[in-house]
Amino acid sequence: MVELVTETPSVMTLVLSATGWKGHRPGQHIDVRLTAEDGYQAQRSYSIASAPQAGRLAITVERLDDGEVSPYLAGELVAGDRLEFRGPIGGYFVWDGTDGDRPVLLVGGGSGVVPLMSMIRHRSTIGATTSMRLLYSARTLEDVIFRDEIEQVAKDGVAVYQTLTRTQPPGWTGYGRRIDRAMLEEVAWPVRDAPLALVCGPTSFVEVAAEILVGVGHDPRSVKTERFGATGG
Amino acid sequence: MENRESRLDGNAIGGLLAEIFAVEMTSAEGTCAGCGSVHPIGRVEVYVNAPGVVVRCPSCQQVLIRIVKGSGRAWLDLSGTRCLEFAVAD
Repeated sequence: MVELVTETPSVMTLVLSATGWKGHRPGQHIDVRLTAEDGYQAQRSYSIASAPQAGRLAITVERLDDGEVSPYLAGELVAGDRLEFRGPIGGYFVWDGTDGDRPVLLVGGGSGVVPLMSMIRHRSTIGATTSMRLLYSARTLEDVIFRDEIEQVAKDGVAVYQTLTRTQPPGWTGYGRRIDRAMLEEVAWPVRDAPLALVCGPTSFVEVAAEILVGVGHDPRSVKTERFGATGG
Repeated sequence: MENRESRLDGNAIGGLLAEIFAVEMTSAEGTCAGCGSVHPIGRVEVYVNAPGVVVRCPSCQQVLIRIVKGSGRAWLDLSGTRCLEFAVAD
C-alpha cells in the first residue's frame, strides 16, 4: 500500500502497488483478506475506484465501526504496509466503453459511487464521448466521496445529479430526498434511448432504484446492479 | 425469508466462483431448474450468512447453487441449476 487519501471523515482511498497487476475492467472489485496473529481470517470485497492501470490500483473504503475489516483498512493501515488480496473479480457489473455510443446512467448510493467513479475515470482516460449521467445519493454534503472530482467531471461532459437525503446545506440546488420514481424519471435517459444503467449501493437502495427503472419500462437486462448489503464490513 | 438487507448478489461471490471455475462467472447465465428463467450470475440473489453460500433465483426464489467450504475441501451443489452458459475462448 503506497498512499492513503482521506475522502470524507469515514472514507479513505488506499492506493496499492501490485507486482504483475495487469489492470482491471471498471466496476470490478478485489477481495481483501486479513489474517490475525492467531490465524483468524476475515475477507471483504472492495470496489476498485481507479481507472485501469498496470501495476497500480486504488480502492476506496468506508469505515464501518462494527466491521471486521474496514476499521483496519481505513484507520490502522499506514503507507508501506502490505495487504493480501485477490482480483480483479467480476465481469457482469462492468462498463469499459466498448458498447459504442449507448448512453450510460450511473446510480450510486453512499460508497456505491466507488465502482462508478472507476467508469467515469475510464471514460475520461480513453477520451470516450459516451453520454453519461451520474445520480449520486449521500446522506450529507460531508459524506460525498470524490466531491471535488465530481464537480470537475460535471464540466467534462458527465451530467451530475446529487441528492442529500439527511441534511442539505444552505443554498443547495440538488435534490434533498431519497431516490424515488419522480427523481429517476427526471434524471434517467428515456426508454427509447435504450440506456445502460449501472446501480450500486446498499441493498435496499439498489433494489428501489432497479425496481423503478424496470417499472418505467427499461429492459431488465440493461439495468445492472451490485448490492453491498447493509453494512459491507 | 431472510432479511432484505442481508441479500447480496452474484457479484459478491465472483472471487469464490473464480476458485472453482476456470472462467469469469458473474457474467455467465444460469437457467433455474425450477421456473426456467435465465439470469446472469451477477444478478442472482446471494446469501452469505448461512453456513455456506446460498444462491437463489430472483424470479422464483428456488435455490440455484449452494457452496460450502471447509477443511481444505469444497462442496458445490448445482441441483437447482439446469444449465450454465458462459464465454470460452474459441
